[in-house]
Amino acid sequence: MIEVNGLKKGFGDRVILKGIDADFHKGRTNLIIGQSGGGKTVFLKSLVGLHDIDEGEISYDGVALGSLNRKERKDLRTRMGMVFQGNALFDSLTIEENVTFALNMFSDMSESEKRDRANFCLERVNLKNVNQQYPAELSGGMQKRVAIARAISMNPQYLFCDEPNSGLDPKTAVVIDKLLSELTEEFNMTTVINTHDMNSVIEIGDNIIFIKDGFKAWQGSGEEILSTDNEDIKDFIYSSEIFRRIRNK
Amino acid sequence: MVLLGRTFRKPENLRMYYQAFMRDLDLLGYNSLAIVSVISIFVGAVVTIQTAFNLDDPFIPQYYIAIATRESIILEFSPTMVSLILAGKVGSNIASTLGSMRVSEQIDALEVMGVNPAAYLIAPKVVSMVIFNPILITISMFLGLVGGYLASVGGVMGVDDYIYGLQLDFDAYHITYALIKSFVFGFLIVSISAYFGFYVKGGAIEVGINATKAVVASSVAVIVSNYFLTQILLV
Repeated sequence: MIEVNGLKKGFGDRVILKGIDADFHKGRTNLIIGQSGGGKTVFLKSLVGLHDIDEGEISYDGVALGSLNRKERKDLRTRMGMVFQGNALFDSLTIEENVTFALNMFSDMSESEKRDRANFCLERVNLKNVNQQYPAELSGGMQKRVAIARAISMNPQYLFCDEPNSGLDPKTAVVIDKLLSELTEEFNMTTVINTHDMNSVIEIGDNIIFIKDGFKAWQGSGEEILSTDNEDIKDFIYSSEIFRRIRNK
Repeated sequence: MVLLGRTFRKPENLRMYYQAFMRDLDLLGYNSLAIVSVISIFVGAVVTIQTAFNLDDPFIPQYYIAIATRESIILEFSPTMVSLILAGKVGSNIASTLGSMRVSEQIDALEVMGVNPAAYLIAPKVVSMVIFNPILITISMFLGLVGGYLASVGGVMGVDDYIYGLQLDFDAYHITYALIKSFVFGFLIVSISAYFGFYVKGGAIEVGINATKAVVASSVAVIVSNYFLTQILLV
């Protein structure tokens, strides 16, 4: 479980996160939603420690991130996996080298064990016969799957995904959503996903945190979000014509 | 300084760092061999011809041309000029590679994995360049003198005078001086270029801008440190 208390983060005079309290549960798909530019990515990057926070506390299973020394923070990070918005695959390495990168760096596995693990992760995201290809040779959806395979290669306890559906067609987006939800359950991970895709919210949102103007404006489940009276949420969801039509029916 | 501090921390896995070192040795060092060789031969030949042109006096022995060529190449051309060429070639390569990795979040991906990106990406480059730059400069010195020899064969001066002049009053310390300079220049080129690449903010345009800044800054650093090193080592 990840707990966040009073998180504040700004860049210069611009305050992005103005005191967020939230908790992300183990074995569940936790979503952070909000408008573009609302601070979702800053929040996610603060959670993983890519941004130093100005105020507040983030704790992983009761251990405060700020209290960890360099080595402890490194150890924690080997238990994290992250899927970046642009995938962030190492473009000079093959797919197999991408997936085995963290294993090569941190594990004592033999070459064949690492290869088996890479194959397992790639098969788990429904990719076959791509081991020796380079990221640029794959489609956007396939690259996203490789990014997920790389993120789960170390069997992480915490999985973070920044806009995993951005740039994907609706059908592939549904496949990725389903995959992330299945992996969360299968590996009992604390999964935190940044998204503004309402389909993801309804399909896989176990625990949803809505951020507006640097504050947490709402928290609830995928079922609750459609029936909430919160005006900010309603404004966010029903800004889409499709959702307005569904509501009117 | 902060970046250098992060760069020279204990590696997570020596085998992975060694692989990165070998890759950088090939990319930054070995791949520069051809251009350094071509430039050195031709500049060596041109220096010999120009010196011969300027010392065209019956009272000045021809072997003085070889002495002047030797000193020009060993003291200045090979260590400084070749390092400036490498500041352009290697510096832009390092800054644009790291900059692209930064804007495509590959550096963040390393960090989230628990890898120290500064150490993994920069340290092997620094070590490979610090080791290979003196080798490149040594090859450049040799080929520069070969270029002078070829010019003498071409008739600009007597071949025997050229060979005699190369050996006359040779001071081995000049080689040491040149190698110390090339060691320092190699370090400056990589560390400055890496700094500009590692801290890129923005997109493709900023990567280009920072690659240019890296080349300019490392070239200036080479020129300025050349003065101070010369002052310290030769005076």
